[in-house]
Amino acid sequence: MEKISGARSLMIALEKEGVEIAFGLPGGANLPIYDELYKSNIRHVLVRHEQSASHMADGFGRVSRRPGVCFATSGPGATNIVTGIATAQADSAPMVAITGQVPSKMIGRDAFQESDIIGITNPIVKYAFQPMSPTEIPEVVKKAFYIAATGRPGPVLIDIPKDVQQNEAEIHFPSEVKIRGYHPWVDPDITAIERATEMLLSAERPIILAGGGVIISSAFAELQSIAELLMIPVVTTFKGKGSFPENHPLSLGPIGMHGHAEANKMMTEADCVLACGSRFSDRSVGTFEEFEKNLKIIHMDVDPAEIGKNQTTNVAVVGDVKTSLRIMVKMLIQKAIKRNGESAWQKRVQETKEYYRENLKIHPHPLAASKVLKKLREVLPAQSIVTTEVGQHQMWASLFFDVIHPGTFFSSTGLGTMGWGFPAAIGAKAAKPDVPVLDIAGEGSFNMTENSLAVSVLEDLPVIVLLLNNFTLGMVAQWQRTFYDRRMIGVDLKNCPDYVKVAEAYGAQGIRATTIDEIGKAVQTALKSNVATVIDIPIDPQEDVLPFVAPGTSLKDMILPS
Amino acid sequence: MWSIISVLVENKPGVLFKITNLFRSRNYNIDSISVGITENPEVSRMTITTEADEKQLNQIVKQLDKLIDTLEVKVLEEKKSIYRELVMMKLKVSKPTDIKEITDLANAFKCDVHDVRKSSIIIEITATPDRINALEDLVKGYGILEMARTGICALARGHGNED
Repeated sequence: MEKISGARSLMIALEKEGVEIAFGLPGGANLPIYDELYKSNIRHVLVRHEQSASHMADGFGRVSRRPGVCFATSGPGATNIVTGIATAQADSAPMVAITGQVPSKMIGRDAFQESDIIGITNPIVKYAFQPMSPTEIPEVVKKAFYIAATGRPGPVLIDIPKDVQQNEAEIHFPSEVKIRGYHPWVDPDITAIERATEMLLSAERPIILAGGGVIISSAFAELQSIAELLMIPVVTTFKGKGSFPENHPLSLGPIGMHGHAEANKMMTEADCVLACGSRFSDRSVGTFEEFEKNLKIIHMDVDPAEIGKNQTTNVAVVGDVKTSLRIMVKMLIQKAIKRNGESAWQKRVQETKEYYRENLKIHPHPLAASKVLKKLREVLPAQSIVTTEVGQHQMWASLFFDVIHPGTFFSSTGLGTMGWGFPAAIGAKAAKPDVPVLDIAGEGSFNMTENSLAVSVLEDLPVIVLLLNNFTLGMVAQWQRTFYDRRMIGVDLKNCPDYVKVAEAYGAQGIRATTIDEIGKAVQTALKSNVATVIDIPIDPQEDVLPFVAPGTSLKDMILPS
Repeated sequence: MWSIISVLVENKPGVLFKITNLFRSRNYNIDSISVGITENPEVSRMTITTEADEKQLNQIVKQLDKLIDTLEVKVLEEKKSIYRELVMMKLKVSKPTDIKEITDLANAFKCDVHDVRKSSIIIEITATPDRINALEDLVKGYGILEMARTGICALARGHGNED
């Protein structure tokens, strides 16, 4: 058998996993990997900061549902991807992050650019490997991809000391691996699904709560079948936004801190919830005790540790959500259950929905977020992929931008990472080059990773940034207005920089749009062009995100716009 | 509720760190932990005792189980398991009669006595925490100079039809 280096075996193993693209930035401790990358067929996308590489891999992974790959060198390169790893972990996104490490003999000697990245990332990875011999690498890579993509997906770290990359050995590539402590495919218990079905059928005021798990397992059709067969209204978590078409008559939209009024209202009035792939985050449900009061909870989740973590469950169905829902659909069809929408509950739901959709006050500014985002929806094709940054614009997107095509909306919902949306959009574009990709952004977040414009332009991964620019860290400003008696500190960004010029400086297209009409035209221009576009929209810094469920309160305490 | 959790894990570097870090990051409490290799050299057993209510205990078990390096997680019922802790206490000897008294106490508790000196004596006991606490109470008066405890080590009792 021919001897090859650890780095070479890494490339072969990655190619065997079907990796075609990787995002990264080289440095001293991963140069042998890069030298092999030079010789391989894997496309390398050079970032300007490693954090963006991890977000791109994350965006790629969420859209393609295959682990996105990023590379970073040891020390600061590795610590720069920590935020990206934590983001992927919080949102169950498949990712394989590969870091260089100082040579094995130098580990523990505080070498130049040494960081204990295994120790640092321990609580935020699904698993981490540090192969100490080139012969271990193929098995490690195979295990890493398997762990990252199966069960509840997540980030896996492979930290490879430089000498392990360089050393040569006779290397065997396993065709399959076994991990005895890892059992990701738990087939759902049929009797649990039977009990769940009975409970749902006997409820007077049932509701479906669809979480991110529906999107991860692509259970859109099954979810819709159940909703339509039983005429049950569907609310989602923010991460589950777009798991059910938001223009569907049964859709009430996301619940939560900035959920739709009708969704929060109906959630509090329901007597039984079928929660699919949701972890009952505090941002979604408010106070745990209040949420579960007078509510029967059916919880379907692939992760058994989510059952009973935040809410007391009446029926738990552990397993793949798609499989579980499919079995439930079959049971309903066998029982020939098909309901019309004429129950008192159904009427109440429709009335409430109509009431809030007609009577909620709209912010009076001509560029109110609702108007901007409704215009965006009008001009953006339904199959386009939309990401967001984190802050007010994100919550406005949740409230006012309807996702029609399931599984086309992605956001950093768990960790709430500012700066995620733009690089994630670039990763999404790499996964689906034929589909328009747009990042609904705020300027505070966009600031954090805007140097990815170079990547978007130079790597021919054109995405659109719709910048709702209020010159302010808007969400913090809103909290200071609401909870801190308007003592504004650390939020004024003073209209700096000029984002049209920033875009142009990177060779991207910058458009300032100051009317709703101009916004529509700018998006259309961006869609037609093949270069990254930043659309800078000066919005009102005084606009709040409403409705608002204040932290530590329950959904019924929702504050409405007045 | 005081509980004993018995965890079989991969016997490899970093696993103890993962387990203790899980307790830290999820705000659980470790009362005692003991780790050692099992009959299978690839597998270690960790015995963890913790103070948790039922809901939290349930979560601890599930979160431990979720770790890829854990192979089995069991909560041991006190009545259906044998659990012991080894403790050594170095006691102060102030007057010659102390040695006799301490040795008598040690015999009553089935302790071993080591390192008898003019000014100190070491006793070693393997027992349940209750008995250890009782002994500690009785010898406190002499002055405990140093103490070392191993943490609980436990096994479930046989059920009569092992293969």
